[in-house]
Amino acid sequence: MYSFESYEKAASTIDAIRLLTINPDAKLIAGGTEVLISLHNGKKGLEHIVDIHDVTELQNISLSDNGNLNIGAGATFTQIMNAKIIKKHLPVLSEAVGTVGGPQVRNVATIGGNICNGVTCADSAPILFALNAVINIEGPAGKKSTPISDFYLGPGKVALEQSEVMTSITISPDNYQGYSGHYRKYAMRNAMDIATIGCAVSCKVNEGKLEDIRIAYGVAGPVPMRCPSAEGKAMNQTIDEGLFRIIANSVLDDVNPRTSWRASKDFRLQIIKELALRVTKKAIERAGGVIK
Amino acid sequence: MIREITFLINGKEKTMMVDARKALAEVLREQLGLISIKQGCGVGECGACSVLVDDVLIDSCLYLAVWADGKKVRTLEGEQKTDKLTEVQEAYVENGAVQCGFCTPGFIMASTSFIEKNKGKNVTRHDIRKEHAGNLCRCTGYKKIIDAVETSMINDN
Repeated sequence: MYSFESYEKAASTIDAIRLLTINPDAKLIAGGTEVLISLHNGKKGLEHIVDIHDVTELQNISLSDNGNLNIGAGATFTQIMNAKIIKKHLPVLSEAVGTVGGPQVRNVATIGGNICNGVTCADSAPILFALNAVINIEGPAGKKSTPISDFYLGPGKVALEQSEVMTSITISPDNYQGYSGHYRKYAMRNAMDIATIGCAVSCKVNEGKLEDIRIAYGVAGPVPMRCPSAEGKAMNQTIDEGLFRIIANSVLDDVNPRTSWRASKDFRLQIIKELALRVTKKAIERAGGVIK
Repeated sequence: MIREITFLINGKEKTMMVDARKALAEVLREQLGLISIKQGCGVGECGACSVLVDDVLIDSCLYLAVWADGKKVRTLEGEQKTDKLTEVQEAYVENGAVQCGFCTPGFIMASTSFIEKNKGKNVTRHDIRKEHAGNLCRCTGYKKIIDAVETSMINDN
């Protein structure tokens, strides 16, 4: 039996905000794969629970008329993986969330929970950084939106007030139309593991040149991150082996991994460099680019 | 923190009182005596407590019992409709995929879910492995389990 002291089931997003406002110590539970494990491990701060597991309005995956892709914070990884809209317009997101845990975890864990945890190893985060995803939030003061890069404040910390709910993620058409991408998770096991390094690349190829490239990492620093210096050097360059060397070397100027029991800093730097090369190559190939 | 829930358990409607702090695994085992569900790790790593909720495979140790309200829950106990084993169970026996047996109920539910989802499709051994990655077995080395799923899919088609 889990050890929380109070439990309230929210009927809607507004109801969840109301319940969070009434009890300033309350925390949200959605899929439960993080909160319940933390409770199991005796973590403090989860004594009061507001349950949004069955708030269906948070689970929609849709394509707006203006081309915006909207993914409800309460959508599970399996729902995202299998959504026709995502498979058609953003297969790289399907690919990324397919690397999370195992089937049972993907069937219940939500993308909102993955992001709101604020951890650097979230498998959905690097690709969302590469797609300039926008996080939509609702709170007592109303609705607001923030770019994902501003949403992460530090390890385990996101820009979400206690009484606010992350409702959805929006990806605008200028960030996915014409782009192809790839996500690669490097971990010790092929499943049920946490990324040692996760790397996402999204790019656009035009007449043999890289018209745009976004490179993002998980576990390469305290929060997921983009690689502005590597991206700057690669932009508008001709696609050849030399370009990959430039990218692989310059991502090292952007990242800041640490040593943990999982892997040493030096090992992570090696993987970061290697993934820059492999993931970029694959993303470019998918974008129809030919390597000279 | 007692709540009333109504759900379908192995085809039968059931209304009962559950503690909101309890995992579905606890309620199914302790209140309904469905002991095919094993609690292995308790943190969603081993899959020994796997059941189907609305035909979706979940770890019942990481799933609050109150979430089952209004849903359809399937455990191993409900799969065997006659006094014969199910096709999946039969395939496990045929292939020697059962050794100590602790992980077997969870595996059978994972395989049942996999076979239902992939009926008529061409699947590779890699697909089978990927969709059974949430279940641990310390005896068989998995080969015989994958064989059993393959056999079962062939018998099914």
